[in-house]
Amino acid sequence: MRIDRRTLIAGLSAALLAPRRARAATVTDGAGRAVPVPARTERVFPAGPPAAIFLYTLAPELLLGWPRANRADEREFLLPDIGSRPEVGRITGRGNTANLEVVLALKPDLILDVGSTSATYVSLADRVQQQTGIPYALLDGRFDGIAAAYRTLGALIGRPAQGEEFAQATEKMVSTVTQRIGGISREQRPRVYYARGPRGLETGLGGSINVETIELLAQNVAGGTRGGLATVSIEQVLLWNPDVIITIDQDFAANVRNDPAWAPVKAVRDGRVHLSPKLPFGWVDFPPCVNRLIGLSWLAKLLYPALFPEDLRALTRDFYARFYHVTPSDAQIDRVLAGRD
Amino acid sequence: MTRPFLPGLGVALGVLVLGLIVAFTVGRYPVTLAELVDVIWSRATGGQPTAPAAVENVVLLVRGPRVVAAVLVGAALAVAGTAFQGLFRNPLVSPDILGASSGAALGAVLGIFFSLGVVGIEGLAFLGGLVAVAAVYVIGSFLQSRDPILVLVLTGVVIGALLGAGVGLVKYLADPYNQLPAMTFWLLGSLAAITVADLLPLLGPVALGTAVLLALRWRINVMSLPDDEARALGLATGPLRIAIVAAATLVTSASVATSGIIGWVGLVVPHLARALVGPDFPKLIPTAALLGGGYLLFIDTIARAAAPVEIPLGILTAVIGTPFFIWLLAGMQKNWS
Repeated sequence: MRIDRRTLIAGLSAALLAPRRARAATVTDGAGRAVPVPARTERVFPAGPPAAIFLYTLAPELLLGWPRANRADEREFLLPDIGSRPEVGRITGRGNTANLEVVLALKPDLILDVGSTSATYVSLADRVQQQTGIPYALLDGRFDGIAAAYRTLGALIGRPAQGEEFAQATEKMVSTVTQRIGGISREQRPRVYYARGPRGLETGLGGSINVETIELLAQNVAGGTRGGLATVSIEQVLLWNPDVIITIDQDFAANVRNDPAWAPVKAVRDGRVHLSPKLPFGWVDFPPCVNRLIGLSWLAKLLYPALFPEDLRALTRDFYARFYHVTPSDAQIDRVLAGRD
Repeated sequence: MTRPFLPGLGVALGVLVLGLIVAFTVGRYPVTLAELVDVIWSRATGGQPTAPAAVENVVLLVRGPRVVAAVLVGAALAVAGTAFQGLFRNPLVSPDILGASSGAALGAVLGIFFSLGVVGIEGLAFLGGLVAVAAVYVIGSFLQSRDPILVLVLTGVVIGALLGAGVGLVKYLADPYNQLPAMTFWLLGSLAAITVADLLPLLGPVALGTAVLLALRWRINVMSLPDDEARALGLATGPLRIAIVAAATLVTSASVATSGIIGWVGLVVPHLARALVGPDFPKLIPTAALLGGGYLLFIDTIARAAAPVEIPLGILTAVIGTPFFIWLLAGMQKNWS
């Protein structure tokens, strides 16, 4: 093909002008930023684990890869061809592991970040969007932000109907739980201690994203102090004397029943130490995204069995079918509910 | 400069005893003095305590082990620091100068990275400290030099930096939601998780290392002289140096493995002890041990009692240690001029 000057100029100007025209429409993201809507979205780069999970639930085939490659036991609960997509690193949170040049080489139409919408992440989003020229959407990963996040993402990738469908499903899951326990005053709700780490002495303070699931349903014994994660002493746990202990650490869950130092704690005496399921993604704590919705049902049933007569296995199967696009077998659900590796 | 030994040792012992009384009576869980006496008395006589079971539990299984661990770790770090300051003839040396803490840190973060249990994490930390110092020693001795002490310290600094980079790499690769906070907490140091089961693995190495250093106390005095002078006095400086380094490393690694990284104690307490009884090692080592135990006990009592949330020990020791160290430097300036 012969290229003369005129076709060259026409081609170049089209390349320069076309995206600009296509990006005229914008959508307001979770942080109030105006994000240009890509002309066509076929490839989305997830900035961190919550974004990868969030995008996977709504539009799995758009996911370019995972911040960290999924392990075999996690892939079992994901679509085979999507769950095995490569590791691409992260460009948010604590430390970037993705190189912006690598991000550009993957040619994403959109970069998606789900999580905190604080000024730090807003400025990060603005900088990356400016540097790469790729629209960067920042969505809120908290429970009361998830529905709006689905609508925004639906609009951004040109699937508003599906976004709306997921938004409503999310709202229904949250409102079912909150409405049923609405009649129970704060003081009457069980006092829960959230235990992390092999010794069970790391916990989430009041307002921490780590205990959002627990604080929606129960009293967090460590809620008196606001903050993130912190270490506490066994003495302090004895003083709090929680009714229920929720943990994500299977070593702690296995050992606490035989540890004499923990023996006087009410939750241990009553056998109410519960290990959270975590496949393919954590049910109560991390990543802070839609994966915690099923944890909300799990925890509600544990704390208020009379108010939640539904079969947890059926709820789990429905949730996995809708959000993870797989239908686990009974044996698989057993394994998930046991919470072990 | 000689100072009377017994009054100085008495002060150190007084600090420790006072620390013990305060530590046992103060804490998040309310325990009255009467309940405390009751629990200890009934345990000693074999009778049934009248105090509630929860109080007995706190005193014997929660606060008791933690107090014992604080004393052991404080004493161990102070003794190791004292021995190293003598061996390296440098008042600014702390027990981790040869990489014991950095090695333990790398061992511990690797343990957390591979999701090992508590025993695995502490075992790796202990081994990491020993292996790091052994490596420093072997490399240091391999490099022929007229000043073996200087080469050893420099090798320790360099290997320490390399291990620090290793810790950074593991943190970078760790899961940011679960493992990274656990690593951060570990590196800040805490005695929050001490149980009775932790005491024996701590006591064994600490007792052994301290006993070796106490047995060598006269020779450490001579080791404080320049190498050729010590040799002229008929001392086999090479093997002796290995023995001192091995003993100090054993106690440091065991302490760091149980408590995480706690700076300052091994640096500051030897100076306090020297101010009390002078630089003579036979007097200095027991004084530093008592003083170190009391010092860390006071700090740990603040760490666990001040707020519902633990204050990391590494932060408290630095906040309290820094002003002291600046004061110490000011005093040294006066002596120099």
